[in-house]
Amino acid sequence: MANTLTSRGKIADHPRPEVNYLNASKGIWSWMTTVDHKRIGVMYLVGVLTAFLMGGIFALFVRLSLLNPKHMLFGKVLMSAETYNRVFTLHGVIMVFLFIIPSIPAALGNFVLPLMLGAKDVAFPRLNLASFYLWVIGAVMAVCGMIFGAIDTGWTFYTPYSTTTSGTVTLMVMAVFILGFSSIFTGINFVATVHKLRAPGMGWFDMPLFVWGIYSTAIIQVLATPVLGITLCLLALERVFSIGIFDPKLGGDPVLFQHFFWFYSHPAVYIMILPGMAIISELIPTFSRKTMFGYRAVAYSSVSLALLSFIVWGHHMFVAGQSQLATVIFSALTFLVAIPSGVKMFNWLGTMYKGNISLETPMLYAISFLLLFGIGGLTGIFLGTLSTDVHLTDTYFVVAHFHYVMMGGTVIAFIGGLHYWWPKMTGRMYNEKFGALGCVLVFIGFNMTFLTQFFLGSKGMPRRYYNYLDQYQPLHAFSTYGSWVIGLGMMITAVNLLASLRKPYDAPDNPWGGTTLEWKTSSPPIEHNFEEQPVLERAPYDYRPEPVAH
Amino acid sequence: MEWLRSLMLPPQGSQFAGEVDNVYMGLFWLCGVLFVGIAAAAIGFAWRYRYKPGRVTPHQTHNTTLEIVWTVIPLLLCVAIFFWGLNGWMKYAVAPGEAMEIQITAKKWLWQFEYPDGTRTANEIHVVLNKPVRFVMTSEDVLHDFFVPDMRVKHDIIPGRYTEVWFTPTVPGTHHVTCAEYCGKGHSDMQAKLVVDNEADFQKFMETGGTEWEDYKMKPAEWGRIQYERKGCSTCHSIDGSRIASGGPSWKGIWGKMEKMNDGKEVLVDADYVRESMMQPQAKIVAGYDPIMPTFQGLLREHEIQGLIAFIKSLGNNPNGGPPAPTVLSLPPKPAGASGASGTTGTK
Repeated sequence: MANTLTSRGKIADHPRPEVNYLNASKGIWSWMTTVDHKRIGVMYLVGVLTAFLMGGIFALFVRLSLLNPKHMLFGKVLMSAETYNRVFTLHGVIMVFLFIIPSIPAALGNFVLPLMLGAKDVAFPRLNLASFYLWVIGAVMAVCGMIFGAIDTGWTFYTPYSTTTSGTVTLMVMAVFILGFSSIFTGINFVATVHKLRAPGMGWFDMPLFVWGIYSTAIIQVLATPVLGITLCLLALERVFSIGIFDPKLGGDPVLFQHFFWFYSHPAVYIMILPGMAIISELIPTFSRKTMFGYRAVAYSSVSLALLSFIVWGHHMFVAGQSQLATVIFSALTFLVAIPSGVKMFNWLGTMYKGNISLETPMLYAISFLLLFGIGGLTGIFLGTLSTDVHLTDTYFVVAHFHYVMMGGTVIAFIGGLHYWWPKMTGRMYNEKFGALGCVLVFIGFNMTFLTQFFLGSKGMPRRYYNYLDQYQPLHAFSTYGSWVIGLGMMITAVNLLASLRKPYDAPDNPWGGTTLEWKTSSPPIEHNFEEQPVLERAPYDYRPEPVAH
Repeated sequence: MEWLRSLMLPPQGSQFAGEVDNVYMGLFWLCGVLFVGIAAAAIGFAWRYRYKPGRVTPHQTHNTTLEIVWTVIPLLLCVAIFFWGLNGWMKYAVAPGEAMEIQITAKKWLWQFEYPDGTRTANEIHVVLNKPVRFVMTSEDVLHDFFVPDMRVKHDIIPGRYTEVWFTPTVPGTHHVTCAEYCGKGHSDMQAKLVVDNEADFQKFMETGGTEWEDYKMKPAEWGRIQYERKGCSTCHSIDGSRIASGGPSWKGIWGKMEKMNDGKEVLVDADYVRESMMQPQAKIVAGYDPIMPTFQGLLREHEIQGLIAFIKSLGNNPNGGPPAPTVLSLPPKPAGASGASGTTGTK
């Protein structure tokens, strides 16, 4: 079905070249020493998907343990409270630091961004490879930390619990520190690439919106990640040398840690969601075959979200002991985030209006994103509002809210983007029917799992609870059943994508009729991306039948 | 719409609950309408403008008026919601001067409450109906969080500083207190009971430590069983022989047994040992367990300790023999204000 789309594209197919970036050189060594952004992107993709699998398995265990209040499965106790605390910590740490943060920028961004700009590579190819190796070192350290005595601090490492608990906290914190540098390297690289390597004729407002999103993300990565690095260093110093920074027994202040932590980790939420939004801004015009409505507004909203993300960290701490004035100010600032988010949502819908919409798998993910991110964003209002946040914070309501944003938003967009660029990356089309089935199952399972958790939270069920009151059991059980549906959907999706790799190359250059430059080269692209330097002739998302002079 | 509110929110127990719930329900409807709008547009457009070969789409790049409208209207809505939430929060932030002050000391994994007259309780707190009460909270170890869902209040408890929270209870009866800031393996067991009494019951509780004491014919072991639940012993010690994952030894069948300690010595479980374990829990640690029990010094009245000892004794001797359990239990002392009858054993 997908192949028939080629005729809809305005850009004609070239004969497929014999040599492409995948077969230009052979052997493990050629991959390990590559400076090709496409190969590094693919290696990152393999890495983050492995992390996603691990984090996902931990998530399924968390849900399985909560199936009933006694944690019984086939007459046995599945896990103790200590194990449970370790499992949810590992789920959080892996998903946040090893998967979501690098997922879209480092894997898909690395592959697509230079192609979209019409560049041969990123600005600093060796730095790019160094970033990947830092990620690997960080990931190996994190995995070692799990094998040699797992940590039980939660992914937030709140002091003084994290400075006093046993386990390999120092190792894990150093792992996250190194992962942070991997993120910074990627960010620096993308900022330089966007500034210097745009194709002739491509001004700032001729860039695809994906590039705008990744660029905004890169700015946050460069500015915010060092704060996390410093904070975690201080934490390690306190643990190892008993220097009193955060632990009141040593004269420190535990609330200071929270300020430092969220000064990074709130912007980090935008490191996670902005690239997701950026993918959606590609998918919707392409599959609606209509120009992006309000291009500039969407581009500016990415940048303004990036800037706003730095001044709202205190909304994680309304009841944590910060000053009351700060709480009021942070609440007010937090509401500002709703404006650019809303602008994006309205512009995406405006783009679909009067479009010519086909529902291939990537577009199904885009619509799934609109609904799930809609719920995630709107429930954020409950948490930004002071009086309701006091009741809802630290409950399952928060758990549900951020899963709607992080998973319903970022992960759904990531998988949508993966399906969108899969033909470009691998040269193969996957089975559309199974792709759609996976998407629908994940959508249903996701809502079963997390919609219930809003009710658990508003009823007063705190998060990170091993034991819970019997009254919550039905909702917990339903949530667990939902997690199995997500698992099934993900499995079908994974098998479907992997199965396509067994086929010979069959993807056309431009299977979806995309207008951005990555579709102007072969699938998979040649080693240096383009036969000759592409020149931008039309603005992105221009679907007018007759070419109009740019 | 009351059914919808009670579907989503816990019972209302304080003067805050009404306002918080109104804001919650208001946001629920507002966000519900917005979500239905988004979903209808996304799905509706996908259906109405579904793919037809050859259809040409209009080249609409932007519409400034429309874009200003959908920027300004949400902004105004947000300003309104901010002030709506601020209004309720201002009340939460400032306690009235006449509020009764109760100190809370949280530690892994026990709630400890201290009243103005020096009375101390663990895991159970009594307050007076329709009288504002202010909690001044601190922690002995890590972060905890005092969360009473029915009252719609919550605040972190921080070691090395004091934080405050207050409310006026408006519904008599028992409400649930729960720790909402992750504090380790016993986090989810860190529960307490908040009992809203009328003035008379509250005074009685302050004098005697529990209204059950009224029943003078209660056996010490039964009295001890109530303490077992109320003082939080049940969080860590089972009475059916099973081992609680994050806790200490089960009480079943330990009375009169020679227990092996982690320093290799053997100790007879008798009244003195049990008492010492409550007052100085770190003095002797049973082999195979962690030294995690907090001290109950000052938290238990004499008759409560004796009730607990009697309760442990009632859970049975070591089935494998061993020396017989010495009977050193004395009768519980007379409760304050009570004359004549006392909680003697044997009579029913």
